[in-house]
Amino acid sequence: MTAISTRLGAADLTLGYGEKAIARNLTVDIPDNRFTVIIGPNACGKSTLLRALSRLLAPTAGSVVLDGKSIEKYSTKEVAKILGLLPQTSIPPEDIRVAELVSRGRYPHQRFLRQWSQADEDAVTAAMEATGVAHLAGERVDRLSGGQRQRVWVALVLAQETPLVLLDEPTTYLDIAFQVELLDLCRRLQREENRTVVAVLHDLNQACRYADHIIAMRGGEVIAAGAPAQVVTADLVADVFGLACRIIADPESNSPLIIPIWQDA
Amino acid sequence: MIRWRIGGLSGRWDRREVVVGTVAAVATVVMAIVALGAGDLTVSPVGVVKALLGTGDPAAELAIREWQAPRVLAALAFGAALALSGAIFQLLTRNPLGSPDIIGFGVGSYTGALVVTLLFSGGYLATAGGALVGGIATAAVVYALAFQQGVGGFRLVICGVAISSMLAAVNYWLILRAELSEAMSAAQWGAGTLETITWQMTTPALCVIAVLMVGVGALSRRHPVFELGPEFGRTLGADSRLSRIGLPVLGVALTAAATAVAGPIAFISLSAPHIARRLVGGGRTPLTVTALLGSLLLIVSDIVAARAFSPRVLPVGVVTVCLGGIYLCYLLYREMRQEQ
Repeated sequence: MTAISTRLGAADLTLGYGEKAIARNLTVDIPDNRFTVIIGPNACGKSTLLRALSRLLAPTAGSVVLDGKSIEKYSTKEVAKILGLLPQTSIPPEDIRVAELVSRGRYPHQRFLRQWSQADEDAVTAAMEATGVAHLAGERVDRLSGGQRQRVWVALVLAQETPLVLLDEPTTYLDIAFQVELLDLCRRLQREENRTVVAVLHDLNQACRYADHIIAMRGGEVIAAGAPAQVVTADLVADVFGLACRIIADPESNSPLIIPIWQDA
Repeated sequence: MIRWRIGGLSGRWDRREVVVGTVAAVATVVMAIVALGAGDLTVSPVGVVKALLGTGDPAAELAIREWQAPRVLAALAFGAALALSGAIFQLLTRNPLGSPDIIGFGVGSYTGALVVTLLFSGGYLATAGGALVGGIATAAVVYALAFQQGVGGFRLVICGVAISSMLAAVNYWLILRAELSEAMSAAQWGAGTLETITWQMTTPALCVIAVLMVGVGALSRRHPVFELGPEFGRTLGADSRLSRIGLPVLGVALTAAATAVAGPIAFISLSAPHIARRLVGGGRTPLTVTALLGSLLLIVSDIVAARAFSPRVLPVGVVTVCLGGIYLCYLLYREMRQEQ
């Protein structure tokens, strides 16, 4: 197996809020220019891990490493140029318009006397086009549908132009067509723009289908990590989710497809 | 949007913000001229302009320069300071009703002033000092109680309400046990007044506020990012150590500078950012417009306080409280109509 380069990783992380530890001894590597998906049952610490990787949460022990250096050693603005995050839920300011919201993603690139350069303009236009919201530029964000609004938030993170993009449960509250659309978009980002994408997802089959690299967590520990075809087995699903299942090949993508077994048969 | 680029420098201005800002600035200047002529010696606006240019009536010139000018300048500066302080606290608490009063500043400064005047019969400077200490100490206690891995807006508001209520009780007790004349003058201060202001009081306050405004300007670009929530504030790089300490300190200091001199003047902090957002639209709090509206609100309130029930003079704080009540009723009415 060839060594995969990683810019972002975590070594021996202990994470928690206050006294309570949520995860212990987490060691993960995020492969560059790949689509990584973190999966696991509710409250297994997957969002907590994502928050630590994006420096929203300081680890109680261990460290998050970015480009060979502890992430704590960077200024917030330096990190903001390398790593973008879409939080789980965000509330847009009252009566803000789409283009204005997306343009706020440019903050880390702006300075006191350079507040709106050609590069800012181009990045915002490109981000709105990539997410298919360019035609909504003048609309009020609070009047958009859930799917459109989520794409606007993604556009904001894209306008940040970071090589690493982290998304915390980006498909929650979206109906199936929007979920697929958003995941296709993430894949395009990784394939066409060579970004490293990391997402926390709930749907195992979606994770298997879209991910190049899967990190499976349970009870604050990483149980397995690797390519879906190698990692996702009936044993792993039983182990991580406590679900008895069969695994077949997805007829469309050939990735593992999890079929739960009748429990009462 | 107006976009501009000169060499490596660039920026963009919202057209509506420029228009609203210009109108507010002109209105503020006009009202300031009216206020300059609204002293004990009434001078027409034309007379005021002449006096300012040095070609007017010598008596009017003296009255304006010595008595009205410090008061008008104080109103302009304090209005702007209170408004900006409100904008900062609304940002920190992520609550449109957030204001320095929420963290108990006004009540705390009143307690400080009451202790100094009633218990130690201190003079004007001592009162200002007492107000400063009282306000800042209260803010610090509320902040410390609300602190739990960063300051959450809701906790801050709840702790502020709790501490304010306790201090309000202390204030009543202090006034009840005081001599009538002392209690009267203390109550006058407690309502917030610009009536007794002189150059000696205005000049230092103006200098402090000018310095603080430079600080607000330096941190102003972070506001739109913070408005997106704590996560984006951090991942977009706006939430640094500088802004975590700087914003609350600026917010408290701006209110402190105005309150120490004039007493707690309510409503400006709450309403000016609110009105500015409504007038400009687009989901931002335009700071320049907020400051201008604060000045305008306070100068108009002061004219009303001095003139409306002439010869009886009201403390300006009473006028701002009334305006605030009317404004909040209007907001509630609008909201109810929208819901139907």
